[in-house]
Amino acid sequence: MQLTQRSKQVVHKEMTFMERIYLPAILKGMFTTLKHFFRRTNTLSYPKEHREFAPVYRGWHVLKRDEQGRENCTACGLCAVACPAEAITMEAAEREKGDEHLYREEKYAAVYEINMLRCIFCGLCEEACPKEAIFLTDRIVPSDYVRQEFIFGKDMLVEGVEPEKRIDVTKRQRHLVEHK
Amino acid sequence: MIDMILLYDFALFAQKAGLIVVVFAITLGVAAYSTYGERKIAAFLQDRLGPSNAGPWGLLQPIADGVKMFTKEDFIPNKSERWIYILAPGAFIFVALMTSAVIPWGTRLTLFGMDLDLQVTDINIGILYIMGFVSLGVYGIMLGGWASNNKYSLYGAIRASSQMISYELAMGLSLIAVIMLSGSLSLRTIVDQQTGFGWNVLYQPLGFILFFVCALAECNRAPFDMAECETELIGGYHTEYSSMKLGFFLFAEYINMFISCTVISSLYFGGYHFPGIDPNWLGGLMGPIVLFSKIFFFIFVFMWIRWTLPRFRYDQLMHLGWKSLIPLAILNMLLTGAGVLLFEG
Repeated sequence: MQLTQRSKQVVHKEMTFMERIYLPAILKGMFTTLKHFFRRTNTLSYPKEHREFAPVYRGWHVLKRDEQGRENCTACGLCAVACPAEAITMEAAEREKGDEHLYREEKYAAVYEINMLRCIFCGLCEEACPKEAIFLTDRIVPSDYVRQEFIFGKDMLVEGVEPEKRIDVTKRQRHLVEHK
Repeated sequence: MIDMILLYDFALFAQKAGLIVVVFAITLGVAAYSTYGERKIAAFLQDRLGPSNAGPWGLLQPIADGVKMFTKEDFIPNKSERWIYILAPGAFIFVALMTSAVIPWGTRLTLFGMDLDLQVTDINIGILYIMGFVSLGVYGIMLGGWASNNKYSLYGAIRASSQMISYELAMGLSLIAVIMLSGSLSLRTIVDQQTGFGWNVLYQPLGFILFFVCALAECNRAPFDMAECETELIGGYHTEYSSMKLGFFLFAEYINMFISCTVISSLYFGGYHFPGIDPNWLGGLMGPIVLFSKIFFFIFVFMWIRWTLPRFRYDQLMHLGWKSLIPLAILNMLLTGAGVLLFEG
């Protein structure tokens, strides 16, 4: 009785003379490999060359500042709640007097950490963020030898104040708006 | 008078010594760059790039490999047969290097008004000498595999020796047909009989295929790389070897491949002869150029085969050697004998 149609009958067919002398099959195989010899390679010498990323690529996160260089994040914790991998932790703090040029609102994230080994780069944190503070960028998370080094704090996440240190997320923003 | 003889002897000695050194250097150079070629060809056949970081197109890779080999830890297993263990790689590479002595690389080289013979020695049993040394090659493998005191090494060595002995029979028998045609064992004579289109491969197509298959097996090259077969025996007979001792084994295998390709070119493809090209052109340099183009072509074919065919199973190997190649070689010998009797008798 046959349970499925997938089973195949084994045939012990005697090899013909042409099959037994191997040579035609060998020549055929060698022709196949020769075709590959002249084929273009798909290899990319990675650190020297980079493959172009999709505009919606999700890589290394950035914590954005506004035009005046103030951090957008208010440590509401929605990203941490949204994160399916539980990679995000933060500690909130109240803005001190005189720090108005650093933080946009009265509450800010004193500590903000993403464990890059836990992160699955799904992008739910940026969807959850009400302040347009966190974005995923087309930068690749650098490799390291130690697990501890993959817990990225604010020093690795917040973009610089200077215009040349700002990280462009317009492509990503456009994508988020289109898909909301 | 005696002075004259001494002077003549010294000139001859210097000439031969120079040639030996040059042949030695070229052999080592070709062997070193065969490793590069092997990796590049393997890469291209598999749609990859191959070594590309050391120098332009990775051309300095063999040098980097050599430095690596020399600086690795030279490990000797505790329970090995220490002296045999050390001797084996040397014996293997020595045997591999010796075979190039009787190969005619070209006719004569005219250099600075001097006339140089491009063959170290034209002994009248040249091809027998090569066969003799090739069969000695199994000692290096056997000693290395035995002295390592490792079961995988021993397996590899046993496989290698039985394989080499089996395939040497068919190789010798297919060689006899060539010798019957040429009537000489001297490689110079055999090559010089193949001027123009008179290549032996046209008279000995079956013999050539047999010889080629046996040469693959003799070099322990895929699809007959029973001695190493990484998937079954780790590294085969050189499992326990490291550093330059391992380097010697690997190097000797490439030298063997180079010599095999040279012998195939000389025996079946006219050596330094090519239709329409006089080997005496460019002051005699044309001969070596023609010969080396043939050698490099065959080295490419060797590698091409290696990266195309899967390894034979051991019983298939023995089956092919004893039940197919040897009867075919005997048949080829009989046919050649009949042909020689009919057309030349």
